[in-house]
Amino acid sequence: MTNMTEYVVRFLVGGVVVSAFAMLGDLLRPKSFAGLFGAAPSVALVTLGIAIYQHGVGYAAVQTRSMMAGAVALAVYCVIVCHLLVRARMRASLATTLAFAVWLTVAFGLQALVGTT
Amino acid sequence: MTPIHLSFSSLRDSRWYEFAIRFALGGAVTAFTGLASDRYGASIGGLFLAVPAIFCASATLIETHEIRRKHEAGLRGTRRGQQAAALDASGAALGALGLLAFAAAFFLLVETSVMVAFVSASLAWLSVSVTAWYAWRRTRACPERRQCN
Repeated sequence: MTNMTEYVVRFLVGGVVVSAFAMLGDLLRPKSFAGLFGAAPSVALVTLGIAIYQHGVGYAAVQTRSMMAGAVALAVYCVIVCHLLVRARMRASLATTLAFAVWLTVAFGLQALVGTT
Repeated sequence: MTPIHLSFSSLRDSRWYEFAIRFALGGAVTAFTGLASDRYGASIGGLFLAVPAIFCASATLIETHEIRRKHEAGLRGTRRGQQAAALDASGAALGALGLLAFAAAFFLLVETSVMVAFVSASLAWLSVSVTAWYAWRRTRACPERRQCN
C-alpha cells in the first residue's frame, strides 16, 4: 500500500466507523448515556487494525500502551469541559477547544512520567 | 431513573452537513493518528487513539440542536444548550474509563490472539463504560445534581 493510498483508506474507513458510533450515540437516551459514545474506541479500532496489518502485533501493543495515557487524559479533559460549561457558562465550542490544552498536557505528561517515549 | 432507550428525533434535527462534518473529522483524526505514528513513532501516535476530536464535534452539535429547539419555541436556549453539552461531557468522561479498559485489554491480549484482543477489548469498553454510568447515576456524582438527570 503506498503512503497516499494508506491515508485515503484511513480517512474513509475512519470516517465511516466514527460516523457509525456518533449516530448510535445520537439515537440513545438519556443524554449522559449517549455521551459514553463520545469516548468510543472508533479511531482506535481502525488504526490498530491497520497497524497490525502493516507493522505487526508488537507495534499495536506499543500504541495501546500509550493509548492508556491518552484515555486518562480524555477523562480529565471531559471533566474540565463539564465544569467549564456548567460553572463558567462557556459555549461548547470554546470550552472543548480551551480544554484541549489540558488533554495535551496530561497525555504527554503521563507519557513522559511512565517513560514510554 | 430514566431507562435507556432509542430516540429518533435527534436524527430528524440533524442537517446533512453535520453528518458530513463528523465523517470528515473522523476520517481526518484517523489519518492524522497514522501520520503521527509514522513520523514520531508508535508511542506518540498511540496517544492520539484517545484524542477528543470527535467529542468536540458532538458536544458542539448537541448544544446547537438544543438552542435550535428552544429558538423554535421562542426562547434563547443558550443555558439549555450548555447543560445538554455538559451531560454529554459527563457521559464521555465515564466512556473514557471504558477506553482505558479497552487499551489495557488490547495491550494484554494482542500478542496472544488478534481476534480475541479486538473482541475482548471492545467488550471491556462496553462493560466498564456502562457499569461506570450506572454507578454514577446511582450516586449522582455530578457537580450540579439537578442538571444531571
